[in-house]
Amino acid sequence: MIVGEQKPFDEVWEMVKSHKQLTVFGCNTCVAVCHQGGNKEAEILASLLKMRATKEGVDIEIVDGGIERQCEHPFFESAKELLEDTEAVLSLACGIGVQFMAQKYKKTPIYPALNTTFLGDVQEDGYFTEKCQACGDCVLGVTGGVCPVTRCCKRLFNGPCGGSSDGKCEISKDIDCAWQLVIDRLKAMGKLDDYEKLTPIKDWSKDRAGGPRSFKLEGF
Amino acid sequence: MEIKTKSRLEKVLKNGHMAVSSECGPPRSSDPAHIIEKGHLIKNHVDCINITDNQTSVTRLCSLAACIHLKQEGLEPVLQMVVRDRNRIALQSDILGAASHGIHSMLCLSGDHQRFGDSPEGQNVFDIDSMQLLQTVRYMRDEGKFLGGDAIKVPPNMFVGAAANPFADPFEIRVPRLAKKIAAGAEFIQTQCVYNLDKFELWMKGVVERGLHEKVFIMPGITPMRSVGMAKYMARAVPGMDVPKELIDRLSGVPKDKQSEEGITIAVEAMERLKECTGVAGFHIMAIEWEEKVPEMVERAGFYPRPEFD
Ligand code: SF4
Ligand code: SF4
Repeated sequence: MIVGEQKPFDEVWEMVKSHKQLTVFGCNTCVAVCHQGGNKEAEILASLLKMRATKEGVDIEIVDGGIERQCEHPFFESAKELLEDTEAVLSLACGIGVQFMAQKYKKTPIYPALNTTFLGDVQEDGYFTEKCQACGDCVLGVTGGVCPVTRCCKRLFNGPCGGSSDGKCEISKDIDCAWQLVIDRLKAMGKLDDYEKLTPIKDWSKDRAGGPRSFKLEGF
Repeated sequence: MEIKTKSRLEKVLKNGHMAVSSECGPPRSSDPAHIIEKGHLIKNHVDCINITDNQTSVTRLCSLAACIHLKQEGLEPVLQMVVRDRNRIALQSDILGAASHGIHSMLCLSGDHQRFGDSPEGQNVFDIDSMQLLQTVRYMRDEGKFLGGDAIKVPPNMFVGAAANPFADPFEIRVPRLAKKIAAGAEFIQTQCVYNLDKFELWMKGVVERGLHEKVFIMPGITPMRSVGMAKYMARAVPGMDVPKELIDRLSGVPKDKQSEEGITIAVEAMERLKECTGVAGFHIMAIEWEEKVPEMVERAGFYPRPEFD
């Protein structure tokens, strides 16, 4: 899923405070799982903004709402009127949702309430970790199911580097060395000999390096 | 053994001599005087001088320019190249540039993460890794081609090396990792600073068992300790560095003003012991900002004078 974190409240306030009317709009899928951008969070953020407006004597009408997903047209049906009549939107979706709305509502300012941080998993309640950078050419099949692009700080395809120490990465004792994990997995699967196979130079044209990517299904 | 390049290091090694290399870091300035001066201090005592590439991710005068300065002074530089800051276009371009200036040896590295340097907010590149850089240089040299497949009219004439850290984890893949670097094209290896001689010899035993020492020239890294403080710092703060407690105790046992002298003696003793170790082909002395001590170390370890060639 996509993980995001709410921007500092002051930054959000600075973005929106010049408007007369604002809709604070949640996205109830990925970013709701990490309790940052769901419809409930939209409601809370809206009340915090109202309090701030009162405190600063700023006249701004704030409403809140939300849908299941801000990255697909059909979900917008239920919020049609709310969004068509609003002066500005503070979206709690990831960067995809914010852009989707900006494309949909051509003249409406859409502000991001979140910093979209990564594609990750839920390790435990309230703990999310990055796992994929959507490089477009997945190598997990040869790295024991551990992503070197995302989890090795130098994205080495033939690691580990000389800084790997006690299973931790050279950049921080809080980060597992991805290549230690690769080797542990290869060993557990009885495939440690595979470690000596050289991984060839990567084709980054399928990554962001090749420009914005898209993909179209035939017959739709 | 067939000599493939014009590298002096290759000549020394393939003629059966123990090679001695050293290392200098370029200045954080546009004035090259300091690195030229350091080069001259050690030139008669070493076969070649590695020039570091923005080591510890601190921005400095570039390795290539510093190598050219040394070359113009008649010294023998080894171009260090990290994959952190340049993509494959820039790397290949710099390799050609180096060769065009008569620089014939290089060391392929991944590079320290930028978090440690003066630009922690910078982007890193890591388009290819250090193994793939080895492959790239060898491909350019041996096949006469760019990675993209086009022919190189005059291919770069480079003797290619890599680093190895016998002390990083996990230990069990440290020998396989060397084998992998050899398969990728490494012709010589300069290792991380060796303080734990037992562990180094254990690693070498594994290397020799697989016959890898016959495929690559291995030069253990030697860095003299200047003080017990430095030893403690390296033990504590440098990832992948193995400084045994006995070494720290030995330095603590001598008065402060004698510690640097003791550090040199420890380094000389390490060289004397390791030169007997099967598979050791020379030494790489990294006397970080203490270049003036290199001649003494080389002489005391019995590596002076250096071989001469016409
Ligand atoms: S290899 Fe690429 S696609 Fe696969 S997990 Fe890593 S970044 Fe994602
Ligand atoms: S320590 Fe491990 S994760 Fe960190 S950069 Fe080196 S190989 Fe990658």
